[in-house]
Amino acid sequence: MSFLSYLINGISLGSVYAIIALGYTMVYGIAKMLNFAHGDVIMIGAYIVFTCVSSAGMHPALAVLISIVGCTVLGVAIERVAYRPLRNAASPLAVLITAIGMSYLLQNVALLIFGANTKTFPEILTLPSISLAGGQLNITGTSLVTIGACIVIMICLMAFIHRTKAGQAMLAVSEDKGAAQLMGINVNGTIALTFAIGSALAAVAGVLLCSAYPSLTPYTGSMPGIRAFVAAVFGGIGSIPGAFIGGILLGVIEILGRAYISSQLADAIVFGVLIVVLLVKPAGILGKNIQEKV
Amino acid sequence: MWKKWMALKKTTRSSAVTYAIVIAAYLVIQLLSSLGLLSSLFTGLLVPLCTYVILAVSLNLVVGFLGELSLGHAGFMCVGAFASAFFSRCMEDAIPVSGLRFLIALLIGAAVAGLFGILIGIPVLRLKGDYLAIVTLAFGEIIKNVINVLFIGRDSNGFHFSTKDAVSLNMEPDGEVLINGPQGITGTPKDATFTIGVILILISLFLIINLINSRSGRAIMAIRDNRIAAESIGINITKYKLMAFAISAALAGVAGVLYAHNLSTLTATPKNFGYNMSIMILVFVVLGGIGSIRGSIIAAVVLTLLPEMLRGLSDYRMLIYAIVLILMMLFNWAPKAIEWRERHLSKFRFFGRRKDEPAGKGA
Amino acid sequence: MALLEVKNLSISFGGLRAVDAFEIQIEKGQLYGLIGPNGAGKTTVFNLLTGVYRPNEGIIRLDGTDITGKSPIEINHAGIARTFQNIRLFKELSVLDNVKAGLHNHYRYSTLEGIFRLPKFRRMEREMDARAMEILKVFDLGEEAETKAANLPYGKQRKLEIARAMATEPKLLLLDEPAAGMNPNETGELMETIRFVRDHFDMTILLIEHDMKLVSGICEELTVLNFGHVLAQGETSAVLNNPEVISAYLGDE
Repeated sequence: MSFLSYLINGISLGSVYAIIALGYTMVYGIAKMLNFAHGDVIMIGAYIVFTCVSSAGMHPALAVLISIVGCTVLGVAIERVAYRPLRNAASPLAVLITAIGMSYLLQNVALLIFGANTKTFPEILTLPSISLAGGQLNITGTSLVTIGACIVIMICLMAFIHRTKAGQAMLAVSEDKGAAQLMGINVNGTIALTFAIGSALAAVAGVLLCSAYPSLTPYTGSMPGIRAFVAAVFGGIGSIPGAFIGGILLGVIEILGRAYISSQLADAIVFGVLIVVLLVKPAGILGKNIQEKV
Repeated sequence: MWKKWMALKKTTRSSAVTYAIVIAAYLVIQLLSSLGLLSSLFTGLLVPLCTYVILAVSLNLVVGFLGELSLGHAGFMCVGAFASAFFSRCMEDAIPVSGLRFLIALLIGAAVAGLFGILIGIPVLRLKGDYLAIVTLAFGEIIKNVINVLFIGRDSNGFHFSTKDAVSLNMEPDGEVLINGPQGITGTPKDATFTIGVILILISLFLIINLINSRSGRAIMAIRDNRIAAESIGINITKYKLMAFAISAALAGVAGVLYAHNLSTLTATPKNFGYNMSIMILVFVVLGGIGSIRGSIIAAVVLTLLPEMLRGLSDYRMLIYAIVLILMMLFNWAPKAIEWRERHLSKFRFFGRRKDEPAGKGA
Repeated sequence: MALLEVKNLSISFGGLRAVDAFEIQIEKGQLYGLIGPNGAGKTTVFNLLTGVYRPNEGIIRLDGTDITGKSPIEINHAGIARTFQNIRLFKELSVLDNVKAGLHNHYRYSTLEGIFRLPKFRRMEREMDARAMEILKVFDLGEEAETKAANLPYGKQRKLEIARAMATEPKLLLLDEPAAGMNPNETGELMETIRFVRDHFDMTILLIEHDMKLVSGICEELTVLNFGHVLAQGETSAVLNNPEVISAYLGDE
């Protein structure tokens, strides 16, 4: 039975990775950039909820809503100020480094406002846990909400992209910006929308992450951000189902690796699996391997 | 004299200037130090500064000249640091001459890191762009992680290994722990000095500048500019990619040796050998001008000193650092900023090369 | 014996037969044209000949040696050099270094000899410089030797690509639409250059071209490709008057 509960923990953690990875992958697909600051948006989102609930005593639902709005605005602002001017820069590294700078900036802003001390994230998901198999298998409420949220988000995103005009515009822009522009698509607006959605997802991920692991510091978002980035690459970066599968797999591998192989080597295991996967499938599990046309 | 100078090839002149800058900076610092004008804080920064310069210059070989993005440079540094510190720790009594011991440690650090470069490079270099970046990042994290669970001890029966803890080494009472997991290596002889650091910088520059301006360097840059065309004229892509990657890794190893022999305790933390460090080095390279060796040096020095100079601003210093970084990237790379610069400051030159100059020549 | 001999060459991409049973024979010293409407598979033939794609079927022989399925690098060593439809120069390198890169396999010294500036490095680099300048002068690029390749005007970039290919000392030179994007003046000049390369280096040349004036002006023989098939083959004037060729180009009346 312990295997099953590890598996569920893994899926739950993986769901958080998947939600972050969805943001990563959408932004990558459309702007062709690794948004290193994405993980730090998660951290900001979590701090907003923390402040609203612990300091201002708001209702958790309202706090989450404010956090989502706040992160969305933040994401769009970052894109507008720091990334858009570099969209046509001579080297793709330029925007990457700027994203790294943005990541430092967010961390240090948080450090100034909230200090380096670890804050305990308030318990806002107060769902009872479920006992199965006569009490041998215990699933926490947080796990259930996390997994559920991930599935709902995934379905909504797929529907949004394939069923709505804005979603179709996103696909078009990610294929070919120039052609999309000629077709009358507002490229800037579409990219901004992508950042908005990605950052809103980051806020949700922040809440879920901190509900499961309630210690909050300015660096909280950094490692999950990298992990989610790995998950996105794992599944095939740019692919939404790929981010989902990659996230879940990564979470499961991490938890099972910790439980059965070595808790200290968890990082090595996760990254080792990534390397093996990429060597076998260089574009990730669901990625398209595009050959350069000669 | 001037005529003779101008008759030299442009590449030769450019590299001579780079060497001269390094030597001049060294002399100035030595002078200031002998006059007692340097704070102990600044003196303490000198060897790390050399480390960062070597790291930036060597990463530029991969990023600037081979055109591949690597986020695992700190991993190679880590390998070099631990391999050499382990050696020096073991041999402290056997080889009492610190110069000789350090020289061997250097060769070991470079060789082990270079070997890792080849081992990682063979499978990984067929990946492209961001995929290569993430795999090198993964590699760096794996190295750091593995070193943190590594325990090695020595007693009268020889070496003992474990990946659990120091107790499970099962040593005789006379044994001593050499690598102590997360506590790393303690008691490495402090053989590194600023002078040695500067000599190593000069050697790294010599290797890279001469490599770039040779047949192999041309092949490496040809691959960067157009892989398919390079193949079509019979250039062995794998060989030259691997060569650039391995040399870069070996030099990162050298930086690691320098780093390790400047500290009494060497540990692998996210701060010194994690991806944050790799990213930091990449920032030096990109900000200094991709493919500009002199730029890498200047950026490494300025960006290392900047947070220290801002120390007076205490809490705000990293914030300012981040803002400066973002603004400099925008100013240097945004097409609109470049256009503005060209209109208003046509002669202005910021670290990098002018647009009309061929890349990768000299330094 | 023909210099290039291709038999029954075929390749499919996901069920689509892009090139089907392609055959060609090119004699040493010939200037040969490969023409056909857009999407006929001309560039695919080049990619097969140079090892970018591996054929599903068929044999390619260069000077009697079977080079089928070899890598682009091996094929260049065997003696085929090419240019590309969308110019592929080493943009950040100087014009001179582009050609010196082409000389890579003919003037060898080791990496260590290079790093430590040993006598062999100096001698080889000197010889390379001289040889590269010689080639550049043939293409009238001597003045621009130190210019960055990306800063050359379009017509000269095309020429530089040919110069770089020639530096590898090929037996057979493949030119993929060398006149694409050129004005009539530049095209005329290019025709002169191509003819000169053939005569001066005694080169065998196979070129893909859309510009009929250029094709009929310099090619001795033609192969017409349509939907991956060989539609006609033979002496230039005969092929160009072939009614099937005319209808493939102009469409059926």
